Parts: sequence; C-alpha cells; structure tokens
Amino acid sequence: MAYSEKLLDHYEHPRNVGSMDKDAAEVGTGMVGAPACGDVMKLQIKVGKDGVIEDAKFKTYGCGSAIASSSLVTEWVKGKTVDQALEIKNTQIAEELALPPVKIHCSILAEDAIKAAVADYKSKHGAVVETLACGENCKE
Amino acid sequence: MMQLASFDFQHNHFQLFGLAQSYQIDTAQLDQQYRALQALVHPDKSAHLPDAEQRLAMQRATLVNEAYQTLRSPLRRARYLLSLHGVDTQEETNTVMPLDFLMAQMEWREAVSEARQARDEAALAQLETRLQRETRELEAQLAVKIDAEKDYAAAAASVRKLRFMEKLAEEIHAAYDAIDN
Repeated sequence: MAYSEKLLDHYEHPRNVGSMDKDAAEVGTGMVGAPACGDVMKLQIKVGKDGVIEDAKFKTYGCGSAIASSSLVTEWVKGKTVDQALEIKNTQIAEELALPPVKIHCSILAEDAIKAAVADYKSKHGAVVETLACGENCKE
Repeated sequence: MMQLASFDFQHNHFQLFGLAQSYQIDTAQLDQQYRALQALVHPDKSAHLPDAEQRLAMQRATLVNEAYQTLRSPLRRARYLLSLHGVDTQEETNTVMPLDFLMAQMEWREAVSEARQARDEAALAQLETRLQRETRELEAQLAVKIDAEKDYAAAAASVRKLRFMEKLAEEIHAAYDAIDN
C-alpha cells in the first residue's frame, strides 16, 4: 500500500508526543480506543484563560495511520479555541494524510479524541457537556 | 446422523450443529458435530456429480467451516450471537470505552513495549498470564450477560473489550518473535 509523504512524515517524526498533568485545571484529556484494531489514543490539550489551546500532546498505541492522525491534530488544535477545535472533522484529517479507505477509522479516532479532550476540559470548568455522554457504553 | 438432503442453508450456525443458541456451548459436542458434518458435506463426495451439484457441495463445505470457526472462538461466537439478536457490536465505530479500561490498555501496551525493548521474556510471560486471566474473566462476564441477563448492549461492550485483549495477545506474541530473532 502506498502511503502519502505527509503521512510518512508524521509517522516517522511524530509531533508533540508526550503527556501533561491530567489533573491540572487547564488540561483536558481525551482517551479513546478503536476496538476493530485495538488502537488506543490519548490526546491532551492545555487551554489558556482566553479559551485558546496553547499546547497539545498525544500518546498513541496503534498503526502508522493512527499515530500520524493524532500527530496531525495536535498541530491543528494549537492556536484554536476549544470550540474551533471541535469543528475538526475526520474527513479533513483523512484528506490531509491521504488515508486509504481501510484506515479511515484512524481519523475518526483522532476526531473523537479531540472531542473527548474538549469535553474533559469543559467538564472541569462547569460547562454541561453532552457530546461524549457514555450512555450504554460505559455501563459495566 | 444428519442426511445431506436435510442440509439447510437457512439454518443459523447453532442450528447447523444441532446446538442450543447460547453463549455457553459444549465445545466437545461442537467438535464432534463438526467432524460428522464435514465428512457428510466433503466436496470429494460430489466429484462425480454435475457442476451445479459440485458448486452446491463447495458452498455447503464452506458454510460448515465458517460456522465452525465462528462458534469455536468465544469472541466470534459472542459477536455472532449478538447479531442474531439484532445487536451490532460497533467495533468499527464505537470509540468510547470506559476510561479506566483505556488507561489500563495504555499501561498494558507500555509494559509490552518496555519488555520487548529490554528483551525480557520473563516479564512478557507474566503479562501473558495476566492477560489470559483477564480474558477468561471477560468471557465469563459475557456468559452471564448473554445467557442469564440477556443484556445484549452490555455484552456488546464486553465484545469490544475482548477485541482489545485479542490485540494485546498479538502484541505479546510479536514481542516474543522480536526477542527470538
């Protein structure tokens, strides 16, 4: 399978790998997983007082496309407000990296990771968040 | 003993092997029924028949094999059973897992990756033992959720968890291979 140069670049030189303090008030943490391939993705955002995302870090265990997708979105969310970050769509990620159809779920995972991180940040700041209410899925 | 004439493509996998439709099955009985059916539908037996008959024979043999592989695997059996109840396990689309589960997955993957880099087979063996134990626990939960409680939504969530466990087992095996080579 031929992968795009951008994808390979993000895979070979992933941006913003790392962790932030998940208990810090200005940090939002999103953890998501893709059962189909067993990929696990953690995306963290650090939000300034003006609501703008100052920094982002990720840690992903998965295939090259999952790593590239998370690396890309950490670059994209920086400088955006949390609400602007929510507008990032998986189709944009897939298009930018020219993901093959079988790897589209990696871009979905990255989009969901942003949503989860923003939801976590907002929940720390008292906003009512319904985007990622777990419902049945979190029931043990 | 089943006759070829009564072979029904409309039967589901459980009916095909004469098993009750439940998560918990008698695997010895499944193996036995499979061997009997396999002998019955083997395409060699139709080699002297017209093309259409031979094609049918091939389709029967394929279905028997597919059904056997599905029922033999706890994960695939659960997924199939849920599909019979109209429940999609959403393994492709559902990315929301319980947070503690995902955290634990992250730790598992880190531990496997560290053991692989340190070429530490003893650590891998420990991880594998723990993984097998937790996998069996999940399978036991599935039995309760599907057969006793008939809580198929909860069972679908357990299937998704099992997929992660399956991936972990693959990662551990890949780590063993990397150390051996």
